[in-house]
Amino acid sequence: MGEDEPALTAAGTEIVTRQAAGELDGHEPLREQLPGIEADRNLTDWGQSQRVTALADATVMRFLFDYWNRVEVEGIEWIPRTGGALLVANRAGQLRLDAGLIAKAVAQGSGGGSQSGRHLQVATSRTYSEVPGLGMVVTKLGGVLAHPANLQRLLFDEQALVLVFPEGDGASSKPLRWRYRLRKFERIELLQAAMRARVPIIPVAVVGSEEAMPTFASLSALKLPLIGSVRLGLPLPLPAKVRLRFLKPISTGDLGEAPWRDRTLAHELAEEIRGLLQENLFEMVAARRSVWLG
Amino acid sequence: MSTSGPISSGGHPTPRSRRVLITGLSSQWGGRVAQLLEQDEAIDVLVGVDTADPRHELERTEFVRVGSDDSLLRRIIRAAAIDTILDTRLLPDGFADANVGKELAGVDATRSLLAACGGEDSPVRKFVFKSSADYYGAGKDDPSFFSEEMMRTRMPRTALEWDVALGEAAVNEFAADNPGLTVTTLRCTTAVGSDLRSPHLALLALPMVPSILGFDPRWQFVHEDDVLGAMAYAVQHTLPGAYNVAGDGVLALSEIVSLLGKAPLPVLPPWGSVFASRQLRRFGLPMPVELVRDLRHGRGLDNRRLKSAGYRFRYTSREAVLRLRAHHRLQPLLGSGDDSYRYEREVEEFLRWSPSVRPALEPGAEAPSGEGRKTAAPISAYDELTVAELLAVIGSLEATQMRELRAHEAAGPRRKAVLEALDQQLMRRGG
Repeated sequence: MGEDEPALTAAGTEIVTRQAAGELDGHEPLREQLPGIEADRNLTDWGQSQRVTALADATVMRFLFDYWNRVEVEGIEWIPRTGGALLVANRAGQLRLDAGLIAKAVAQGSGGGSQSGRHLQVATSRTYSEVPGLGMVVTKLGGVLAHPANLQRLLFDEQALVLVFPEGDGASSKPLRWRYRLRKFERIELLQAAMRARVPIIPVAVVGSEEAMPTFASLSALKLPLIGSVRLGLPLPLPAKVRLRFLKPISTGDLGEAPWRDRTLAHELAEEIRGLLQENLFEMVAARRSVWLG
Repeated sequence: MSTSGPISSGGHPTPRSRRVLITGLSSQWGGRVAQLLEQDEAIDVLVGVDTADPRHELERTEFVRVGSDDSLLRRIIRAAAIDTILDTRLLPDGFADANVGKELAGVDATRSLLAACGGEDSPVRKFVFKSSADYYGAGKDDPSFFSEEMMRTRMPRTALEWDVALGEAAVNEFAADNPGLTVTTLRCTTAVGSDLRSPHLALLALPMVPSILGFDPRWQFVHEDDVLGAMAYAVQHTLPGAYNVAGDGVLALSEIVSLLGKAPLPVLPPWGSVFASRQLRRFGLPMPVELVRDLRHGRGLDNRRLKSAGYRFRYTSREAVLRLRAHHRLQPLLGSGDDSYRYEREVEEFLRWSPSVRPALEPGAEAPSGEGRKTAAPISAYDELTVAELLAVIGSLEATQMRELRAHEAAGPRRKAVLEALDQQLMRRGG
């Protein structure tokens, strides 16, 4: 299958943003037209399988969360009980297990049964969805391609929680010595989607996953056709202590008339979030005594 | 009945369509939609054009054999004062309708039709264009749900994709040139129905369904009744712009295969699957490039615009697949009823125009359509027959008898297999 044909992604994205901004905005009736849930189905319209998700949750994720990485969660109360929200996390480490850990933290809620958790949808990059088998599993586990239109539907229409890693693909191949230094946010359009849906943005600082899934070297110069770049990492995560800190939500409802059209504003917001995350990351790294024991 | 939906961008409510011209009358879509529109009393005149004889039994639709000659079409449109055009020709269900022949009408036919209905003194007020979800293509950068304003993320590559893209471009240009007209584009996703033939359906009809190793694409379907319903709805209402026609719900291929009670067969390799699909073609399995791409990426459509314009889908994607399963199971019992009707020009003309023909009682007019009322059994000893015996008898009945039987069954025992078999037979005879 030839994959070298001209991609019109940039133009396509622009049109999506422009059109959706102009035409769809104010059409809340469309939300009422969302398809209903068919009770007999095991899959959602996005392709997530309840069965596979439950299985992974009960086995691998539970093991990692409770015993292997001993995840410690702060600030889970910032997750709203209803309504959409965009969670923005620092990309750390290979294999997107950190996404699974955050999803599990959100699903558990504040614990003790007082606040029931919510389902978190993870926006994934195209690099993974194209790998045979892996893309299929990621979709079954609740991954959705990080496309502005997908985010609009999830955040605005379905009022869901979505996790994005706006640093982009490059961030997970950064070598170990660059750990916990955030890159410039590449995927500004994902923040714009949140601005358009007028949902709050919740930054999530993750410490520990860089050591749990380190990258030793990246062979991106080879430009392999399928994976893009080969990263030398580990096949399994190491038992580093992982800490998650959910930060105070940043409201996007009071940014003006049509803030998503203003890319400069989005860049400013991105810088603000990045600064906030970086500050918290340094604070958390400085406070921990041991990488493995916390 | 709301003439202007919530999204009526710049469209003045067009007066009710009374004189309709249908292109592609001999195709599955053209013939069936003509049968549907014949039941609408508000429509005075129905004219169908095509190059081949109609394959559906039509009561009052007039058939004119004409190709895509714009001067002839123009004369027909002016002479009959046609106010609404329904263009069904472009790619019946994605690919050529196997019965008509492999030739696609293509974009030239659309262009000449548009030329024929343009002009200062044209009586045409509405143009309904049946397009296809191939407009969006299928690729790895695609959003999970395409809405109408979005474009494909990659250049069209196959002849079929170019036809859809250029056809829509020509229609859009026509709409921009004629702001007084209501121009509707219906982008239909893969349709499911008992009489439809398409590579997707051929694939799903196999005992094991080939797929690409490591991929489980999301597919969406629409039942053929909903495609017809949406076309009729567009004729009867004012819907300016493009609308996706797709049932609610997007299914994974694995889910579809298990709903059909079959097993997946991941024989196509993840790399070079187009090449491998060519080898499958030698075994008589049509595997066009578009289908292989669908097997890899899949596609979902956002159907909310058509729903908020007032159309109610009868079937979800899942229900359409379940209907397909019933069809697969009944097919060996019913055989193919393809040659039940043959068009004879002289007979049709006699029946329509001869003064000797007396207006008989409409057979459908008295048929009991209301459910829930107990009727006398139309066949003697009906209630003693088993399902299998009934299924054997059904094929030999007259249409009126079948309608009675349907009502009786619906009022009484409500056996699903019997009802489905009756529906299918009635549909095939144009009930």
